[in-house]
Parts: sequence; structure tokens; C-alpha cells
Amino acid sequence: MISRAVLGVYLVLFFVFLFGPLVVMGITAFNTPEYPQVWPFEGFTLEWFAKLFQDESLMYGLQNSFVIGAFVVALSVPLGLAGALVMTQIYARARGLYYLVVVAPVLTPGVIIGISTVIFWKDVTAWTGMKSLFTGFFLATLGQSTFIASYCMLIFLSRLQRYDRTQEEAALDLGASRTQVFLHILLPYLRPASFSAAVIAFLSSFENYNTTTFAILADKTLTTVLAGRVRAGLTPAISALAVLIIGVSVAGAVLYEITRRREAPA
Amino acid sequence: MSNAFTAYLIFFGPLAVVLVFVLAAMAERRRAGAAAEPDFFARNGWPVAIFLIVAVGVWMLVMIVLPALYMVDYSFHPKLPPSQRGGPRDIYTLANYRYFLFGSPTDTSQWNSTHLYAFWITIFVSVLITIVNFAVCYPLAYFMAQVARPAAVTRLMLMLVVPYWINEILRAFAFRVLFGTGGVINEILIGAGLIHDRIDFLGLDVALYAGLTYAYVLIMMFPLYNAIESLDRNQIEAARDLGAPWWRIHAEIVLPHAKPGVASGATLVFMLCAGALAAPLILGGPKTLWFTPIVYDRFFQAFNWPQGAAYALVLLMACMAFVLIVMRLFKVSLSEIAR
Repeated sequence: MISRAVLGVYLVLFFVFLFGPLVVMGITAFNTPEYPQVWPFEGFTLEWFAKLFQDESLMYGLQNSFVIGAFVVALSVPLGLAGALVMTQIYARARGLYYLVVVAPVLTPGVIIGISTVIFWKDVTAWTGMKSLFTGFFLATLGQSTFIASYCMLIFLSRLQRYDRTQEEAALDLGASRTQVFLHILLPYLRPASFSAAVIAFLSSFENYNTTTFAILADKTLTTVLAGRVRAGLTPAISALAVLIIGVSVAGAVLYEITRRREAPA
Repeated sequence: MSNAFTAYLIFFGPLAVVLVFVLAAMAERRRAGAAAEPDFFARNGWPVAIFLIVAVGVWMLVMIVLPALYMVDYSFHPKLPPSQRGGPRDIYTLANYRYFLFGSPTDTSQWNSTHLYAFWITIFVSVLITIVNFAVCYPLAYFMAQVARPAAVTRLMLMLVVPYWINEILRAFAFRVLFGTGGVINEILIGAGLIHDRIDFLGLDVALYAGLTYAYVLIMMFPLYNAIESLDRNQIEAARDLGAPWWRIHAEIVLPHAKPGVASGATLVFMLCAGALAAPLILGGPKTLWFTPIVYDRFFQAFNWPQGAAYALVLLMACMAFVLIVMRLFKVSLSEIAR
């Protein structure tokens, strides 16, 4: 009985810790004072939401984040897929080193990936005379994909562990080409994993700050604009943005869960 | 790059390593003769094989290995205007690392106490936060994995997934609303008559440490949950039937089984904490010491990129050391940590 009560108290405390700060921030989005304030609640307003949509650099950053996110998905999902397939076939003596290399980005702080991407491409584009490639957009996409492809690879790997190779042999015996086996057996089998990888890739790109703040150079994404705003001073408009993002996250998480359950029963 | 030899080494060294493995694999196949499995191209078909080679080649070499090697080389060069790069003044030097240790590229008479102290405090606090996060997460992870009913687990999981995807800047912002001098916590404490003067939580680093703990608590939760979940419940029942007290069940059955999950969560939390940039920028006071913003300033205030690269490498070394220590301590392999 006592342990039940202790558990209950702990659960309540944990979720207060988890949601408390978000709820407090959410309330300030609807309160009228210029400084984010919970109490006293001086009056309900949607003004801060309206302010948000008039904020041009925020809207520009948001648009950039979406486009970069789309490119990161398009790049890192195929890279992750290739990485995982090579892992299952690679020469046994090379596997350890290969694993170390492709998993290292997951264990490396994001700032370091951003820094090395910028330093490397600044000189490479200069030597090869492709200076026009040295843009925040290109570098942010590359830098983020470096580690996001590793996430995708890990997702594909866990799905590939349960892959039944006899399906391939059956298809080959029936006269399918290797490419047909890839397109009509392996890819459909990996469809749920591809979907998860794409969602994870987009979300990781969208919310990334550490790598992006270096790789984006003079350009902007939503997170870099946001960081600048928060450092400059607190305004309830940022709380309003947070409320919107939380809303989208909740909807997204629920949708994702529903789709995932439908795709992969048990 | 001053030295043509190192340039070749950086660009062709990784290729040579790949080539050695390819040749070794081919030699081994030849020795196996007819018993060998079909080779890479026969096994995948030409179009897929080429896709795999190009994709993995670009990712592994151009995106991961070359930038990293190049950054290492870059950190041993002086800061020079573009016109002088590759010229006679572009020599190999330890000046950037000397600056980290002694606060001057040449003079070594006194330590660079600010940066060294910031580095030390970053590592120390990150380790502490990792431990605190483990302690906070363990009961819930155990509860979800072994005690709760499936329906309850689904609901709890959904409640955990949502905050997981909230941007770290917004989390830091939430903590500023809470901990600011005009923030909620100060208001409550004053309202309750507990204090008279507002407390500067930001200046005291309370906000930063709390914010970091908050930001990465779920990073610890999921690996821990997955590890405990795979434990056969009968083992716990058996121990209980044999009269083991609850703490021995945890210490001798659950924890040893969950070791890979603990190692995985700890590595990720430590790495994210030590490499956190947004939280210290937003939640730090003027005197706050954290290593990542110092690295950031090498680039955006000192405009000294080689020095920034050296600082970044120091941070990377710390993270690698942590991974190695965890692997030793928990006797787990890299593939158990990263999944």
C-alpha cells in the first residue's frame, strides 16, 4: 500500500516536472502584459499569435526550415538505407571499423559536426572553383544529413534484423532479376521503416540548432531566428509560437502512432 | 594547406583504407574458391550495387571522415588571411592548443584559468546531470517496462513522446520564464513570504543546470525502458519467491540486465549536455561558464576559426573519453550503445 502511494507521488511529480514548464509558458502566450507573465492574469488575448504571423524573419526562417527539412529527408533516408544494407553485406573484417565510422555522428556533439562541415566545404568549394555552393542552405542540409542518416540507418538496421531472406531466394528461383527483388520485395518490406525514418529525419532537421547555427552561415532557419529572439529579450510571442509547435507536435505524434500501429501490427 | 603531403594523406588515406579492405575481401574470396558466396555485384545486381557504393561512399567519406580529418589538420594551423594560406607563414603549430591551456599562443607561464575551469565545470556538471537523469528516469522506466498494464504504458508513452519533440530553445525559453528575476518561481516565493529580495537564478546557474536536466531527461528514458522491457519477468518473480528484498532484485537482476540501456542513455545525455549550446546561451548569466559557448565565441567573436577547431576537438576528445569509459565500466560494445 505504501509503495503504491510512493509510486503515485513519484508519477505525479515526474509529469509535473515534464509538463509544468510547458504549461506555464503556454499560459503566458494568452496573457496581455508585454513580458511573459502567468500571474496576475491581466486579460485574455490572441494578439501574440497575430504578431507572430507579421514577423517576417520568423516566417522566412520557418519556410527555410521546411525546405531544408525536405531536402534532408530526401538525402538522409536513401543514405541511411544504403548504410544499413552495406552493413549486412560488408566484409566481416571491415565491419567493426565501418560501424564505428557510420555511428560516430550520433555520438558526436552537433556543434562539432557543424564546425567541421563549414571548415571543410569552405576550402573545398574555394579550390574547386564552386564558391557558389558555399551557401548556408547547402551546408545545413549536408551537415544535418551527416548525423540524421545515421539515425535512419539504425532504424533500417533494426527492421532488417527480421528480414526473411528466403523470400528473395523464392523470387530469384522464379526468374526475378536482382533489381526486381530489391524493388518489389526488399523496398516494400522496408516501407514502414522508411516512413519512420522520414518522420524522424524531418523532425530532427526541423528542431536542430547546434549543427545548423554554424552550417547555416548568414542564412536563417526557424531555430536560429528563435534563438536570436530569445537572447534579445523575452516576449509572449515566443510563448505563442511554442503553443503552436506543441499543438503541431501533439497532432503529429498522435498521427504517427496511429499510422505506425496500422502499418506494423504488434 | 601548407603541406601537400598531409593534403594527400587526408584525401587519399581513407580511400587507401577502403582499398585495402576491398583487396583483402577479394583475396579471401579467391581462397574460398567455389564455396564463396556470390560477390557484391552479383548479389545486388549492378544498379543497386552502384547505388550502394555511391551512397555509402559519399556519406562515409565526403560527409563524415574527410570533414573530421580536415578539421583536425586545420586546428594545427595559425589564423591567416586567405591570401597567405598555403604561403610560408602557413606552418604547423600548437598555438591553438597552447591558447586553450595557457591563454596565450606563446607564453606558457600561467594557465588559461577561465577556459580550463569552464571545461572542467562542463564535464563535471554533465556527469552529474547524467546521474540525476538516470535516478529520475529509472523508477518510471521500470514501472512502464515491468509493472504497468499495456494500456497504461501506451498512454504514458504518448505523454512522453510529445514533450520529446519540443525544440530545445523553447524548453530553455520556458525555463527562463520560470526562473527569471521577474519569473514565476520568484513570484511564488515572494508571494509565500519566503524571501524578500528576488533571487537571480540565471546568474547562479540554477536555471541552466535545471534546464539541462529537463532538456535531456527523456533521452535517458527511452533506452532505459527498452532495456528493462526485454527482461523476463519470471526472473524477478523467482527472486521474489526466494525471498530477495526489493533492492537486491534491482541491484542484482534488473540493473545488470539493463546495462546496455543505461550505457546508451548515459552516453547520449552526457554528449548532449556537454555539447549543449542553446541552453547556456539562453539560460546563462553573464558569468556563467560553459564550454560550448566558448567554442562558439572563437568563431563568431574572435573570428579565429583554427582556434575554434582546436576547441571543438578538445570537446570531442572529452566525449570520446566518456564513451570509452562507459564501455569499459559497463562492459558493453559500441553496437549496444548506439541503436
